[in-house]
Amino acid sequence: MENYLVAMAVFAGLYGLMALGLNVIWGMAGMINLGLVGFMAVGAYTSALLTVRHATWPMPLGILAAVIVTATAGALVARLTAKMKGDYLAIVTLGFSEVVRIIASNEIRFTNGTDGISAIPGPWRGQVAPATFNLIFLGITALAVLVVYLICQRIRHSPYGRVLRAIRDDDQVTAVAGKPVLRFKTEAFAVGAAITGFAGALYGHYNAYIAPEGFVPLITIYIVLALTAGGTGTNAGAVIGAALVVAFMEGTRFVVAEIPGLAAVQVAAVREFLIATLLIVLLRFRPQGLFPERHIRHRLPGAS
Amino acid sequence: MLSHVIEELPQLLVNGLVAGTILALPAIGFTAIYAVLRFPNFSIASHATMGAYAGYVANVWFGLPVIPSLLLAFIIPALSGVACDEVVMKPLRRTGPLTAAIAAVALTIALENVIRFFFGNDLRGYDLPVWRDWRIDLGFAFLRVGPQQVENAAISIAVMAAVFLFLAFTRTGKMMRAVADNPMLAGIKGINADTVARLGSFMGMGLVGVGGMLLGLDTSIDPLTGFRAVLSVFAAAVVGGLGSIPGAVVGAAVVGVGEELSILILDASYRTAVGFIAILVVLIFRPRGILGERAY
Repeated sequence: MENYLVAMAVFAGLYGLMALGLNVIWGMAGMINLGLVGFMAVGAYTSALLTVRHATWPMPLGILAAVIVTATAGALVARLTAKMKGDYLAIVTLGFSEVVRIIASNEIRFTNGTDGISAIPGPWRGQVAPATFNLIFLGITALAVLVVYLICQRIRHSPYGRVLRAIRDDDQVTAVAGKPVLRFKTEAFAVGAAITGFAGALYGHYNAYIAPEGFVPLITIYIVLALTAGGTGTNAGAVIGAALVVAFMEGTRFVVAEIPGLAAVQVAAVREFLIATLLIVLLRFRPQGLFPERHIRHRLPGAS
Repeated sequence: MLSHVIEELPQLLVNGLVAGTILALPAIGFTAIYAVLRFPNFSIASHATMGAYAGYVANVWFGLPVIPSLLLAFIIPALSGVACDEVVMKPLRRTGPLTAAIAAVALTIALENVIRFFFGNDLRGYDLPVWRDWRIDLGFAFLRVGPQQVENAAISIAVMAAVFLFLAFTRTGKMMRAVADNPMLAGIKGINADTVARLGSFMGMGLVGVGGMLLGLDTSIDPLTGFRAVLSVFAAAVVGGLGSIPGAVVGAAVVGVGEELSILILDASYRTAVGFIAILVVLIFRPRGILGERAY
């Protein structure tokens, strides 16, 4: 039970990281990213391939490579669609995550296909008892969340973050004010993607095993749900929201299992349904989340 | 190598065109909803699956032939499309098109799991008469054509023709085009945007459902049938110009043929990735699509 709770705390931390990443993209810069799980997968695969399958780089280097690769991928995706309406970014990011899954499943020589990559090293795994490893990794995740949280707070309260919020609220006005909107958008998206890839790399090293079927669109929903529940735009909200989402997900596991006469596939279906529905309900009735972003809003003259 | 390509080419072109005609229906649905409602409704994935299953229930459980089954594959997703838009999407569209897009992804996962709850994950197939493929000798190559393929393509073309006639000649069709072209002007002219939105969802999701069943006829049915095709559908819509119905038809043909021809140089499992590459190429060189972002 203790191990289970620690594992859930690790997952809450990883989702928290990805929600922080999404907050830079969506909460601060107002850009959509429906392919978060794709960036997570790219991060996980980059680090795993470099530390176990194709090379034996030390973990920190693998994770660093994961951050660089996902940042580049994010910058490309954002740059390509930056001049278009957000709808195109939505389509391209959603497509991106699918293509990542297709490549991971089919480049068998490179990624071992649907069998996935196993024996990914973890810090001190094998040298200490599994319970101790869990605790060590929880410490690492907590540290990662703290560092990324502080960076995101720094961005949010800096003039840079102010420009991002200005772009979110009206990119034309921001452009008129002389800000290079295209560059800001690309950078914000790259930073958010890099954080997501970082979390993905950590996930691989924690889980020791990754496979394409682990990176399904539902994970993107988890992350969006975490940020929406916590409060879009606020970094603390992203982290707390992630903890709540993991608690909710695990809670449904026990509650749905109590319903008599359901097959395993039906239990899974009910849980996924509940999670997706919760996001819709939150977007509808509490879009500001539990910890709304605080800033002064002026009513536009004549607007109803 | 070259002779090998020439031998394969006619077959790939035919397969591609058939795939493209089938793909055109969900692409028209997606792009029509975009034209009227101004947001990418990603719940087309589960509505295509829903169409495939509605057709399955009619065909296998009630023993109906393909054509009447297709009717059910239109009606059920069409009604669901309207209901989902009323209950889920409409209030969110006011918050912004991107919020609606996010909610649509959640919606598609929710609906997909409703289907999974009742039907499970097993692969299913329709109850079809077994036909032998026709073999046509072209002199330099043999062409194999399945009668089911031809029937699917014919159905798809017939449905498309009906859609174009509807949009071109009926009052309701003109109303929809007016809203797609300029919602404000249409409002001034007294066209009720809500009615048109409902019609758009009804027609769009219905077409997506028919497309889903045709995809199921072509391959097999499981809760991810629609989702697997979604990348090609997006590609068809973006290549043709998001919001343009003739564009979606052209885009679907381009993507369908492109996916088949890719087999010459890429592994077959990368077919769906071709759609994504098509999106990227179009966004780089011709961001408004081949026919531009104009509805009809």
